[in-house]
Amino acid sequence: MALKMVKGSIDRMFDKNLQDLVRGIRNHKEDEAKYISQCIDEIKQELKQDNIAVKANAVCKLTYLQMLGYDISWAAFNIIEVMSASKFTFKRIGYLAASQCFHEGTDVIMLTTNQIRKDLSSPNQYDTGVALTGLSCFVTPDLARDLANDIMTLMSHTKPYIRKKAVLIMYKVFLKYPESLRPAFPRLKEKLEDPDPGVQSAAVNVICELARRNPKNYLSLAPLFFKLMTSSTNNWVLIKIIKLFGALTPLEPRLGKKLIEPLTNLIHSTSAMSLLYECVNTVICVFFFSQLCVQKLRILIEDSDQNLKYLGLLAMSKILKTHPKSVQSHKDLILQCLDDKDESIRLRALDLLYGMVSKKNLMEIVKKLMIHVDKAEGTTYRDELLTKIIDICSQSNYQYITNFEWYISILVELTRLEGTRHGCERIILSKTNQTLEAMLRPKVTTLPGHIQAVYVQNMVKLYASILQQKEQAGEKEAAQEITQLMIERLPQFVQSADLEVQERASCILQLIKYIQKLQAKEVPVAEEVIALFAGELNPVAPKAQKKVPVPEGLDLDAWINEPPSDSESEDEKPKTIFHEEEQRHSRHRQPEIDEEELARRREARKQEQANNPFYIKSSPSPQKRYQDTPGVEHIPVVQIDLSVPLKVPGMPMSDQYVKLEEERRHKQKLEKDKKKKKQKKEKRGKHHRHNSLHTESEEDIAPAHHVDIITEEMPENALPSDEDDKDPNDPYKALDIDLDKPLADSEKLPVQRHRNVETLKSPDSEVPLVEKKSKKPKKKEKKHKDKERDKGKKKEKEKKVVEEEEDEVKKVILQDLHYFSSCCYLLLSSFCCLGTVTYDIQGNLQHDSQVTVSVIFENKSTSFLKSMELNVLDSLNTKMLRPEGSSVHDGIPVPFQLPPGISNEAQFVFTLQSIVMAQKLKGTLSFIVKDDEGSTHEKLDFKLHFSCASYLITTPCYSDAFAKLLESGDLHMSSIKVDGISISFQHLLAKICFHHHFSVVERVDSCASMYSRSIQGHHVCLLVKKGENSVSIDGKCNDSTLLSNLLDEMKETLSKC
Amino acid sequence: MHLQLSREINSVRSVKESEDTQQQIIRETFHLVSKRDENVCNFLEGGLLIGGSDNKLIYRHYATLYFVFCVDSSESELGILDLIQVFVETLDKCFENVCELDLIFHVDKVHNILAEMVMGGMVLETNMNEIVTQIDAQNKLEKSETFIFQSPRQDR
Repeated sequence: MALKMVKGSIDRMFDKNLQDLVRGIRNHKEDEAKYISQCIDEIKQELKQDNIAVKANAVCKLTYLQMLGYDISWAAFNIIEVMSASKFTFKRIGYLAASQCFHEGTDVIMLTTNQIRKDLSSPNQYDTGVALTGLSCFVTPDLARDLANDIMTLMSHTKPYIRKKAVLIMYKVFLKYPESLRPAFPRLKEKLEDPDPGVQSAAVNVICELARRNPKNYLSLAPLFFKLMTSSTNNWVLIKIIKLFGALTPLEPRLGKKLIEPLTNLIHSTSAMSLLYECVNTVICVFFFSQLCVQKLRILIEDSDQNLKYLGLLAMSKILKTHPKSVQSHKDLILQCLDDKDESIRLRALDLLYGMVSKKNLMEIVKKLMIHVDKAEGTTYRDELLTKIIDICSQSNYQYITNFEWYISILVELTRLEGTRHGCERIILSKTNQTLEAMLRPKVTTLPGHIQAVYVQNMVKLYASILQQKEQAGEKEAAQEITQLMIERLPQFVQSADLEVQERASCILQLIKYIQKLQAKEVPVAEEVIALFAGELNPVAPKAQKKVPVPEGLDLDAWINEPPSDSESEDEKPKTIFHEEEQRHSRHRQPEIDEEELARRREARKQEQANNPFYIKSSPSPQKRYQDTPGVEHIPVVQIDLSVPLKVPGMPMSDQYVKLEEERRHKQKLEKDKKKKKQKKEKRGKHHRHNSLHTESEEDIAPAHHVDIITEEMPENALPSDEDDKDPNDPYKALDIDLDKPLADSEKLPVQRHRNVETLKSPDSEVPLVEKKSKKPKKKEKKHKDKERDKGKKKEKEKKVVEEEEDEVKKVILQDLHYFSSCCYLLLSSFCCLGTVTYDIQGNLQHDSQVTVSVIFENKSTSFLKSMELNVLDSLNTKMLRPEGSSVHDGIPVPFQLPPGISNEAQFVFTLQSIVMAQKLKGTLSFIVKDDEGSTHEKLDFKLHFSCASYLITTPCYSDAFAKLLESGDLHMSSIKVDGISISFQHLLAKICFHHHFSVVERVDSCASMYSRSIQGHHVCLLVKKGENSVSIDGKCNDSTLLSNLLDEMKETLSKC
Repeated sequence: MHLQLSREINSVRSVKESEDTQQQIIRETFHLVSKRDENVCNFLEGGLLIGGSDNKLIYRHYATLYFVFCVDSSESELGILDLIQVFVETLDKCFENVCELDLIFHVDKVHNILAEMVMGGMVLETNMNEIVTQIDAQNKLEKSETFIFQSPRQDR
């Protein structure tokens, strides 16, 4: 055996290691692929060896190959093997490979759960570290759920190295398993004040990342961050915090004033440019805004350091959103940046321009941009420029365009730029035969589908107007010629692969065929064809389709025809579609159609087009975003009386419009001046000021042509709402969780031993998992529905099935009850109209002699509460856990201050020796009330009631285990009976679960068994029976005193109902 | 050069791409970065390639090497430039006068160093001394294991 091993390792002496592999690849530049496939074969051989070192070496090489773009997912199982090696050297290789190639779809990933858990609890901190690093790259929802509790424990690890990694990875866990956020949050908050700067930085990092997405939930942390900001010296942390305040301040304006001072201090004291920039950035964008700041930014932009220039422009664009006017005065500088040799800077400047346009300067800006378009021949930057020009012009429904002729001429110029993606989109309005012919050229079919669709539509519009021209001129033959041309060329679009193009083209083809027939009969048709496009088509709002209410009785998901059976072959389906189309065509072709019928159909088609979202709905393709179809619909509506002839060939002549516009404005101004003078003569003083202001405003520029810019159309009974703006798939939405709400028992992170495979398998178990976050009443409803549904099913099914289903229903109830036992916060006291203090006592599974008391302080007054200190008079049995070195008479400071209207939660840990008796502890809360008149010191006495129930931890138990427990015979028994119970049994059980931390094991009719465990491991079993008006409870427990106390407490609860 | 890019992007991005997409991103990033002049700014907007306008590329150029980070708007631009500097200095310390070949032949070590700085796409540690201490400790641990167990071949 030993000999064999030695021999094996000698063989392996000739294996390549990573360095050999890299060297080999570099030496085989010509036949790299061949060499690598040879290497992969070798690696496959190596992976078959038993020697873990050989395997690790192979996996190491695979990781390198993965980086070169080779798929190594086939080796996933081997990677797991290497991950579970005992040596750190190999483990690290395994985890590195896993972090590179594992993803949510990797099926073997579930096999890693236990290995990772083992590594997380390894005594070697680097094993733990490497597992955390790996996990951060491939954590899945399942892994997150199963390991959340383990990671949370690591957040309090003794080694800061582990703590910081554990804290940081929690963000990934939250993303994958949002339910873990609330239970983990208190500890995360603690880590903000960790003595180790690395851990602190990680905690700040996580909270900032969370708060960036849902800032309002983190407002209560503002005081803590404020403290950090004034005390921390770590620039990374400071930058993060300042960015966070940037997000918080808009929600809480009072913060702004407080922040000015520390921010100014930082600006003056720091030497780090990054921090300085972030401070300035936040200050100008959020807190107070002044022209001075913009001037500072101007200095940044004029700086020779390109990075600062870029950042200056970036900050400028933020100001633009709130104070567009002040940025506009720096137009010269920004236009200058368009000439910069650096593309990043040019793009930034372009972005700024977008927000700077007004009716006044639009033409000028676009003219400048057009010059740049010519310069930037054949680059992606030119694409960007074109996009921006169209964007700038069409923003807010062409709000800034005063002269559409000018715009069209710009568009025409753009179309003539060949080799760009956007050139062809807007070729709309050149009214010549040639254009039509050009459009019908087969070359067009090579264009992308969505462009073709626009093409086809516009082609008909052109056709209609040409037809009209010809008819008016009496050139019947020419008109027929043009119809013939259309009929000849349109079929190429009918064959298009793009559905949209196909549909439009075939529609139009039929229309034109009618026209041809009518033309043959010498009926004038042009007027009617024109009429097809004369109607106002308001743009349809992008959301409109969604908002059309579904008529009653219409099930959109139902099959219209029987669903195709699986046996049907694939090629049959297209055939039927084709066949249908043929039918439709032949129906259209019916010859004898009187004029009236035709008109009616036209009307119908018009209606159909108006209602058909395809005609106007813009495609979601990003390149097409700016290609604003509503605009396309609009333009033909404008009757173009060409004051300037539209020359397609020739030099760019949009400039002419600029000149024209200038002249026009000049004329207007002259007129106005005249008026003004008149007015001046008539009235002086106030009116003058008003008037001059008025002239400066943009509204004064009268548009050259009046175009209705109409709001988007929505279906009649659509409700205005913003909800659908939010992307339901946004992973961050799930993290929008109220963190100030007290933590419920049901929210505890799943601990491995509590998970039950059986429940997970049952189909209904998904319901509570998904529903967990939603509110309780909803859950009840759902449960009810489930029950009803099941009842309905029962009738039809056999007895056995019924039993199974009942089981499932019971499980749902069981889980529901479990979740029902949420926060049972008791009012501790309300202090002199200032606020309230509520508390909840929770046992801690990890420590058998500790309970955590979560106290929520709520400030309901208008004054500021600070320096709160909680002190409790310890009893022999129960003691408050105080920091080391403090005496038993010292109070524990509450780690926050309370601004008016804010509530916050603090946790205090108590140690106890015996838990069989209820306890009451006296305590005092001292605090300082600070308001405008000054501050006063106040005290508040209270009593903390530790009931026996608070030592119980809701623990699920299964009937077989429960039966064994009862049989074991080492339990004491006791019972009570309560009369006068009127509430339902269901409700009653819920109450016991909620107030006394029990869970239902089994329920048969009006009899139920329940179970709970104390923190010191006492089993408590209950048998609850409901009579007519009474309830009897038989209890069994390891400790008779505990049992009788528990039953007494229960009696008290029940007698209240 | 390529190798470096690969890791940067892979680790800073939280979404894992298939190998093909990953290679495409690396190629295009390299294309974008390499054609930029010497004294232009260190920021690049990659657009859709790197997942939308919230993300940008921040790079530093050292002789033949480009270090490219792809970050979203929650990071400070200048801060990331500093971080790249820290990364390079750390490499320099760990490899003792680092050169391009060191990085090419010891990709795994580069990964391990980076893992101490960036974890799952989030910045973990920015203090160079702390990073070097942890790396040294891990190397020591590795050496002690090699001592007990003779692995096939250990270069270096």
